[in-house]
Order: sequence, then C-alpha cells, then structure tokens
Amino acid sequence: MIDNATIEEAAYEIMKKAAIDIPEDYLEGIRGMVDLETGDLSAFVLKAMLDNYETATEDRRPMCADTGLPRYWVKVGDAARFSGGFTGFERALRAATARATHDVPLRPNRVHPLWRNEHNNNVGINAPEVEWSFEPDVDWIDITTVHKGGLFGTDYRMLFPGDGIDGIKRFFLDTLIAFGKRGLACQPAIVGVGLGGSKDTCMQLGKQAACLRAVGDRNPDPKIAELELELKELGNSIGMGAMGFVGSSMVVDCHIEVGFTHTGGMPMSVHTFCLSSRRATARIAADGSIAYRSDPQWFTPYMRRETIEWPSQRALDKSA
Amino acid sequence: MAEPKGLRQVRLKLPASPQDIAALQLGSVVYLDGVVYTAREGVYERVLVRGEPLPEGLCEISNANFHCSPAAALEPDGSYAIGGVTATASFRFSKYMAEWLDRTGTKIVIGKAGMPREDYQKVLSPRGAVYLTTVGYGTGALLGRGVKRVREVHWLEELGIAQAMWMFEVENFGPFIVDSDLAGNSLFAQQGDLVNERIARLYDGLKPPALHRYGETDDRKREVM
Repeated sequence: MIDNATIEEAAYEIMKKAAIDIPEDYLEGIRGMVDLETGDLSAFVLKAMLDNYETATEDRRPMCADTGLPRYWVKVGDAARFSGGFTGFERALRAATARATHDVPLRPNRVHPLWRNEHNNNVGINAPEVEWSFEPDVDWIDITTVHKGGLFGTDYRMLFPGDGIDGIKRFFLDTLIAFGKRGLACQPAIVGVGLGGSKDTCMQLGKQAACLRAVGDRNPDPKIAELELELKELGNSIGMGAMGFVGSSMVVDCHIEVGFTHTGGMPMSVHTFCLSSRRATARIAADGSIAYRSDPQWFTPYMRRETIEWPSQRALDKSA
Repeated sequence: MAEPKGLRQVRLKLPASPQDIAALQLGSVVYLDGVVYTAREGVYERVLVRGEPLPEGLCEISNANFHCSPAAALEPDGSYAIGGVTATASFRFSKYMAEWLDRTGTKIVIGKAGMPREDYQKVLSPRGAVYLTTVGYGTGALLGRGVKRVREVHWLEELGIAQAMWMFEVENFGPFIVDSDLAGNSLFAQQGDLVNERIARLYDGLKPPALHRYGETDDRKREVM
C-alpha cells in the first residue's frame, strides 16, 4: 500500500528537479547543436543557455523564472494500491505544487483568467492539470511533472486528407516561422506534432509528444519515424536559430503522435517545448520507495492502445 | 561564462549615463551593476491609468526598467528569496512606454523579444532610451545569481509577486543583448529581414492547401472554400 504522504513527497521532489535540472537528453541535444550553429548571435545564445543550466544546478535555483503552467501526468499500474484513493492523490499533487512554489521558489504564475487574482502558489480552479493513464501487469505509480510556457509556440489547424504530407510540412513551417521570430517559441525546442483524433485529442497528443518523449526517441511506426526526422531537418533549414537570429538551431527533435480521426479530416497540432525543457518523473514502487528520472516513458504500447483489440467480455468468459 | 564569438562585451553602471547609452552598439553583450526595477502592465496601470504615485526616489535610484516577474518567495523573517529571474515579452507594453519613460526618466528598457522598430524610432530613441533583450529565453539562473538583494518591493499585496514592482540591487547582471540604439535601429528587425528573405523558397514545391483557412489570412471577407 502506497501512503498518500509518499505521493506528495515524490510530487514535491519532481517539482524541484524539473525546475532546476535540465534533462540529460535535451542537454546533449543542445550541445550537439552548438557545434553545428554558424550564426554568431544564435551560437552565443546557446552557449549562454549551457552556462545557465550549469548555474541552475550549482545554485539549486530554477533555470527559468517563468514557471509556465506546472502540471502532472500520472500512470497508475493495475496492481498499484494507494491509501488516499484518487481524490487523495490529487490533493497530494496540489499540496506538493503549493509547497514547491514557495520553497524552490517558483514563480506563482496561475491566475484567474478574468479576475486575475491568485493564491500565489500555482494552484487554483482546474489547476494544476492532472492527466491519468493506466498500465497493465505492474504495481508501480509514475508521476511526471512538466513546466512548460503557456503563451507562444502552439497552434492547431484542420487539414484535409488531400493536403497530404505537403500540408503537414506547410503548417509545420507556418507555426515555426510565426513563433520563431524573435524567439517567442524559446527555440531550439522539442517540437511535438499531434495528428488526428478530434480537436482536443489532437492538441493533447501533440502536447504529450513534445513534453513526454526524450530527444532521440522515435515513433514505433517506421514511416512516422522517418517523417519525424524529415520535419526536424525542415525546421532547421528555415535559416532561423535561437531568438529568431539568423542560424540553424530551431528543432532539437521532432516527435509525432497519431490518433484515428474523422474520415474527412486530418487535424494537426504543433507544440514547442522550450530551451528550458523542464520535466521530471518519479516512480513509486509498491513498497513506497521512490526512484527519479528525466524520461517520462509515457508512450508505452498500452498507452498508444496498439496492443488492445476488441473482444467482448462475454467472448473472453466463454474461452476461459 | 560563455565566450561570445565576435560579440562585444560591455559592463554598464546604473543609473546609466547618456554617454554610456549612446555608446551601445547593436548586438553587443551587456552586464549591469546597480539597481534595476521591474514594472509591467500591473504597475503601468496603477501609475498611468489610476494615477497612483511612483515610489519615492525611483527616478534617482534607477533608470532601468526590466519587464520581468521573478520567482520569489517571502521568508518568515520578512526577507525575500529570489530564485530565477526571466523577462516577459515586451511588445505587449508598447502603449504604455512613451508616458512611462517621460514620467520616470527611464533610459534602459530590458525585456524579452524587443519592441516594434517603430517604437524605437518614435518612442525610445527620441527620449534617449535603448532596449536590451534577455538571452535565451531565458537565462533565469544566471540572472538570479546576479541579484544581490531586494532593495524595495511595491504593490506586492495589490498585484502579487509576478506583477509587483521589485527593486533589485544587481552585480554583473546579464547577459543581455543590445537590440536598439539611439538611431532607432533594431537588431531583431534586421535579423528578421534576413530570415524573411529566405522564407518563400521553403514552400517551393509544396502544393497549395485544400481549403483556405482563417489563420492563413486576416481578411474576414474571404471564404474558407
């Protein structure tokens, strides 16, 4: 039985780690880009960011003061048992958010959309978001937090089957150029692309593709994996680098996630995760021990529902 | 510290003198010493729209306005812990700047992503002011390390941590890049022009979209079909 206090402790720790320690995969990605960058200004920006990551870790202070919109993705094993129930779980995540906001400190970003009042702790109505998923045959819980900026670099468009791959490239370019100017997207970034689903699913898939997959990870469908690399190259050929200065550093990696969609449409979303790609994951084992890492490992085969067919319970009972 | 390849480095004492400001060149890397204050829409509204007075002595203490919200927390002993410091996008504050510069005598505006070139020509440079952009964005930990002390904080209760006016005593505070000079030039605009020259060829060979869509045009009379 996993205690509710353990869940709060894990969530509190990942809030800190995400804010302060740049994930290794992203750091390696940026190091690789510095060597290729020929634009003086863009190269200076990348080197300053490398200094910044180091300073953050040394001083234990956030690498970026814009906390973005801190949120959680939770994966619960079928066999995991926890003392506080699901509502207790969510309360623990809210408590961890409020405490970490004060202790790190993180900037309290969350305000009411109309009245602009806040609780100075990143907690409020429908905030932080908590998304749930499940995993068969395991007894652990994974909690991931991501602090991603909330203003620029994300867009959605309804494309149609006739638009094809050209349409995907066109919208990809449109978004990166629009938000890359002056560096509003805080590039070079991990770019997530959602394809298919309904509008909300499409946004969700693209967001998760950007935030929950590590640099170098490829989609299991080889043709989609190829498209990921092609879009990455395309983004880096725009002629724009960090802060929108002349250069080549736009896309550290591109991740695509797909969902079955309406037969007449091909909705697409684009999401840019920033130069301070803040994510951290905690795995709580059944005995309450906690292990930390920076790769969320969110997209398991079950997560993509690749392995699930549709036999009815009656048919399963009969064969048993 | 990063070695800027071919970029000039300048260390500037605040309040900055007119000579120091006139000497800044586009693309130079700047570090600051002295006092910097933060102000964004919350403070601008209080002073310029609601007519509340400026904090006493502001004009003498600092002439550098940072468009910033720090990651800060109030400690039990009444002091403030400053974690990271990162700028917010400045072009949203365009409409306030002329009056704000007149009221405060501010000569250095610091923020994210610059302001429109026209603002430099019509608002900042005629008032002897220039714009410095943060780098990245943003180097929150480097800038946080440069803040040595919170000198004063105003409107904290009314506006919250993100929108309050913070007066920071800073040392070797940076890096920033000079985006505008007293001639009204803009580094972002110059770089944007160079990038724009190459954009059209990126779409060569891509077939046109199946339908026109809002977002691709700002003409509301056009049909989606």
